[in-house]
Amino acid sequence: MKNSTTRTITLLLLVLTGVVLISMTLAIMVGSVSITPSIVWRIILTHIPFNPFGITADWSRSQEIIIWQIRTPRVVLAMIVGAGLAISGAAIQALVRNSIADPYILGVSSGASVGATSVILLGAFSFLGMYALSFAAFIGATIAVLIVFFLARVEGRISVIRLLLAGIAVSLVLSALTNFMLMMTKEEGGIKAVMYWMMGSLAGAKWVNLTIPFIVLIVVYVILRLHTRHLNLLLVGEESAATLGVNLERFRLLLIVLISLLTGVLVAVSGAIGFIGLIIPHIARMIVGSNYRFVLPVSALIGAIFLIWADAAARIVIAPEEMPIGIITALCGCPFFIWMLRKQMYSFGEEN
Amino acid sequence: MVFVAKNLSFAVQQSEILKNVSVHIQEREFVGLIGPNGSGKSTLLKNMYRMLQPQDGEVFLFNENIYKQPAKEIAKQLAVVGQETPVLFEFTVKDLVAMGRTPHKRLMEVDTREDIAIVEQSMQQAGVLHLSERSFSSLSGGEKKRVIVARALAQQAKVMVLDEPTNHLDIQHQLQLMDLIQSLPITVIVALHDLNIAATYCDKIYVLKDGEIVAYGTPFEVLTPSLLQRVFGVHAEVSVHPVTKKPHIFYISEQFL
Repeated sequence: MKNSTTRTITLLLLVLTGVVLISMTLAIMVGSVSITPSIVWRIILTHIPFNPFGITADWSRSQEIIIWQIRTPRVVLAMIVGAGLAISGAAIQALVRNSIADPYILGVSSGASVGATSVILLGAFSFLGMYALSFAAFIGATIAVLIVFFLARVEGRISVIRLLLAGIAVSLVLSALTNFMLMMTKEEGGIKAVMYWMMGSLAGAKWVNLTIPFIVLIVVYVILRLHTRHLNLLLVGEESAATLGVNLERFRLLLIVLISLLTGVLVAVSGAIGFIGLIIPHIARMIVGSNYRFVLPVSALIGAIFLIWADAAARIVIAPEEMPIGIITALCGCPFFIWMLRKQMYSFGEEN
Repeated sequence: MVFVAKNLSFAVQQSEILKNVSVHIQEREFVGLIGPNGSGKSTLLKNMYRMLQPQDGEVFLFNENIYKQPAKEIAKQLAVVGQETPVLFEFTVKDLVAMGRTPHKRLMEVDTREDIAIVEQSMQQAGVLHLSERSFSSLSGGEKKRVIVARALAQQAKVMVLDEPTNHLDIQHQLQLMDLIQSLPITVIVALHDLNIAATYCDKIYVLKDGEIVAYGTPFEVLTPSLLQRVFGVHAEVSVHPVTKKPHIFYISEQFL
C-alpha cells in the first residue's frame, strides 16, 4: 500500500468518506431513543435550504429535536474535532520533524486548561455567560503559544528543539497553575467539572458553536494542502527544504499560527482531547506512506471516524452518565497503536 | 563567471572558520575543494548555498547576489547534494526525486507529464530508475547518495554543489558517481577528501587550510609533494597516471622514510 498509486489512494479516500457517512448515521441512531437510518437522513435533508428533495415530515416533534438539535450537531462536532486534531498533529510532526510531537506541544492544552479552570472555579469572565468557558480556554491557549513562540526564537529564528523544550516547560508551569487552583478550591463539584473538561467532552455541541471551528478547520486544511510539497521537504530535512526553495522562517511561522489557531479553537469547544493528534497521523502514514498529499486527507478522515465512535462510546458505556471522551480515545486507541508499533513495518523516524 | 564568492569571512563565537575566502568558478568548470579536516570546506560551501550567512563578503550566482534573492529563485539555478541527507520518515525514491521539481512549481500546481518525464530521466541518469518504488530508508549508502543526486538533477539547475559525495561509498560507486557528475553539462563545485579522485576529475582545485585558500590551479599545478607536506602533513610522491594522464599521488608512510 505504501507505494500505491494516486488511483488506489483516491479509492481509499472514497471508502473512508463512505465510512464517515455510515459512522455518522449509526452514531446518530444510537441512544436511549432509537431511530431508523431513513428518518435520520430525511430529517437532516429537510434542513437543506428550500427542501430540494420535497421531503414531508412523518416523524414526531421529539424525534426532530433529538436528531437535529441534540445528536447531529454532536456528531458533526466529533468529526470537526477529530479531523482538526489529526491534521494539526500531522502538521506539527513535520514542523518539528519528530514523530512524538502532538499539537498540544505548543502549550495549547495547558494554556486552555488554566483558562477553563479559572472560569469553572473562580467564575472569571462571568459577564460572557455561556461563552465564558470557550473564550477563556481560547485566550489561555493563545497566551501559552505566544510565550512558547517567543522563548523558541534565537536571533530572530525559530529553533525547533527550543520550540519543543519551551513547549514542555511552559506546559509544566501552566499545569502547576491549574493544579494549584484545584487544590485551593473548596468546591467538590468544581473539581469534577474541571476534570471532565480536561479529559474532553462533546456534550456542549450546538449548531451555533460549530460555525467557527468548521470555518477554521476548512481554512487551515486548505492552506496546509496547498503547502504539501513544503511539508514533505520539511520532513526530509532542513537543508533539503532550504536548498529546494522553501523560506524556512516564514513557513515555520505560518505552521505555528495555523496549528495553534486550529487546536486553540477546538480545545475551546471540546476540552483537551488527547491521543488523536499524536497517533492518527502515524496510522495514516502506516497506510499511505509519508507524502502529505495523502497523509492530510487520510488523517482528517480517520480522525473524524475515530472521534465519532469514541463519542458514541462515551455516551453509551456508563449511560445515563457520560464518560469523558479522552478516556475512551486513550483506552481504545492506544492498544491498537501499540499493536501496530509491534508490527515493525513502519519507521517512526528512527535512524537506521 | 558563473559562481563567485568574494572575500567571505565567517565565524562562530569568536573562532574564525573562514578568513577572507574568494572563489571563482567559470561556466561548465568542474572545481574541486580540498583540505584537511576542519579546514572549512563544508562551511565555505554552506556559505555559498545560503545555509549559513557570512559575517563579511558576498556570493554571486550568475552575477546576482544570492542573499538578495528569494530561496526559490536560487533553487532553480543551484542544486545541492549535502554531506548527510538523513530521511527519517518513509518516502519512496520516486517521491523523493520528485521533490527536486519543487522550485519550479507554484503552490497548487500538480506534477505535469513533463515533470514526471524529468523525474524519470533523472533517475535513469543517476542509475536509480529500478529503485523508484523502493522506500528510501531501505537503500544502501551508495544508492541513497545516487538518489539525492537524482533529486538534484530533477532540479535542472545549471550549477551543482556537492559536499564530499563519495564518502562511505565503495570504490566502484565512487567512480560511477564521479563519472556521472562529470558527464553533466553543468558547472560543478565539489568538496573532496580523496585527492586522487580530485586529481582525476577536477579542472581546477582550491586548497583550503585553516579557513584560508592556500593554493589554486589545475591538479598538476596544485598537487605537488611540497604542498601535500605543507597542507596535509604527509610525505608523498606525485607521478602521472599511465592511463588517465592525470597526476597520481603515492603517499609514503613515516616508517618507509
